[in-house]
Amino acid sequence: MTDLFTHGDAPQLIGSRCGDCGVMTFPTQADCPRCMSEAMEETLFNRRGTLWTFTTQEFPPKSPPYKAGVEFEPYAVGYVEFEGQARVEGRLTEPDPAKLRIGMEMETVLIPFGDGVTYAFQPVGNG
Amino acid sequence: MTDVAIVGLGLHPFGRFDGVTGVDMGVYAARQALGDAGITWDDLQFAFGGSGSATLGDGAQPDTMVSRLGLSGLQFVNVSNGCATAGSALAVACDAIAAGRHDVGLVVGFDKHPRGAFDPDPATLGLGPWYGETGMLLSTQFFAMKINRYMHDFGISEATLAKVAAKALRNGALNPNAWRQKPLDESEILGSRRLNHPLTQYMFCSPDEGAAAVIVCRAEDAARYTDRPVYVRAVTVRTRRFGSFEVWAPWLPIERGHSVSVDAARACFEEAGVGPGDIQVAQVQDSESGAEIMHMAECGFCADGDQERMIADGDTEIGGRLPINTDGGLLANGEPIGASGLRQVYEVCLQLRGDAGARQVPNGPTVGFTQVYGAPGVSACTVLTR
Repeated sequence: MTDLFTHGDAPQLIGSRCGDCGVMTFPTQADCPRCMSEAMEETLFNRRGTLWTFTTQEFPPKSPPYKAGVEFEPYAVGYVEFEGQARVEGRLTEPDPAKLRIGMEMETVLIPFGDGVTYAFQPVGNG
Repeated sequence: MTDVAIVGLGLHPFGRFDGVTGVDMGVYAARQALGDAGITWDDLQFAFGGSGSATLGDGAQPDTMVSRLGLSGLQFVNVSNGCATAGSALAVACDAIAAGRHDVGLVVGFDKHPRGAFDPDPATLGLGPWYGETGMLLSTQFFAMKINRYMHDFGISEATLAKVAAKALRNGALNPNAWRQKPLDESEILGSRRLNHPLTQYMFCSPDEGAAAVIVCRAEDAARYTDRPVYVRAVTVRTRRFGSFEVWAPWLPIERGHSVSVDAARACFEEAGVGPGDIQVAQVQDSESGAEIMHMAECGFCADGDQERMIADGDTEIGGRLPINTDGGLLANGEPIGASGLRQVYEVCLQLRGDAGARQVPNGPTVGFTQVYGAPGVSACTVLTR
């Protein structure tokens, strides 16, 4: 499998686009889940999108598989809708549901996680 | 389909039973169902046995029951299909009879899950290890995110989430086989620990232990076994379509598709020749409070958003217009996935036979419905009549 995201100051998620029907997937995959095409090409997601839905994780997930490597702290996850592309699930940098709302603008960032980094979505400005 | 009748019912209580294996519970339920039909193991031509954990290497497979109940040489097939395992086992059993292959058989399901939320290996779901490592492989998150969006779109309140859980626990208190038999009021439910916004501890069901079994036969033979048969008018199993929002999806297309339960329920009603408005008692998958609310609409019982008023008016209570989850549902019974869908069928059969005791739906219901839903987007429905 290829990487999930690009590195650097302006990270972007890496997905696949179907050369036949245009569907975008995350992460990359070899076949189109809509039209069975094998003409999938690697492509990048926009950096910004809007929060489609979210929740919090307030009890520790079982480990394995969870690998945060630090004492458990509640976090939030959500789906961000990238216009004309897809809705992608990821951790959110803001764990307080009172500070999150459906429709707010979000940006892809990288956060330290376990031994390395992972992608997350961060509210833009004050949301 | 009017080919199949349910003529025997068995259920091992749901909950936690130290020292009792999954197969022990399955054998208990099977013996009870055989006794209810007045037959013995040797009379069975086939069995379908459902267990989620056994198929993942945790506990004995259902077909090991033959060494407890009789090495009679019958056809015994193990079934595993996520949280819809039991519904799927019933579907293939009905097909076996409808196809003319067999006359009478057993459908049994059991599970004995460890405490806490399900934690599958992401590889078994076709997902990369990163998805579990970064803390997204929790079915509870999916349910919370689906209802969060649904509340935003259709005006369902947190109070309604609490009302659903309170009803489940009230009904559970009337069910001696339920795991949770202590009613809680809405403020206790809303005030319990939040697990996944907007859902609190008592709005979720938990994986647990239990077993259920039914004896099925050709409809025309039903009178040989019982004077109160329940007929399987339809049983359907469907998987997710492109664009539907299902559990454990790292991405969703922009294009929205309807839920798998919409397809399964619609096909079930069509095959049965009845509509949602004809149903007098229903069991739907309430993995958490929001799931019951959303499944009411997905199964065709109301329009999106109508649940707020229906639940406030008591429509889904045992004495209401459409009693839902009369045995306490998953919220009061927990979820042993191999047994869960058969528990729903067992409950509707009891209701149609008039055997539901303190939780009996009044005025003799004649048409019932069940819907079981599971990862990663599978739904099984039945329409049952007496």
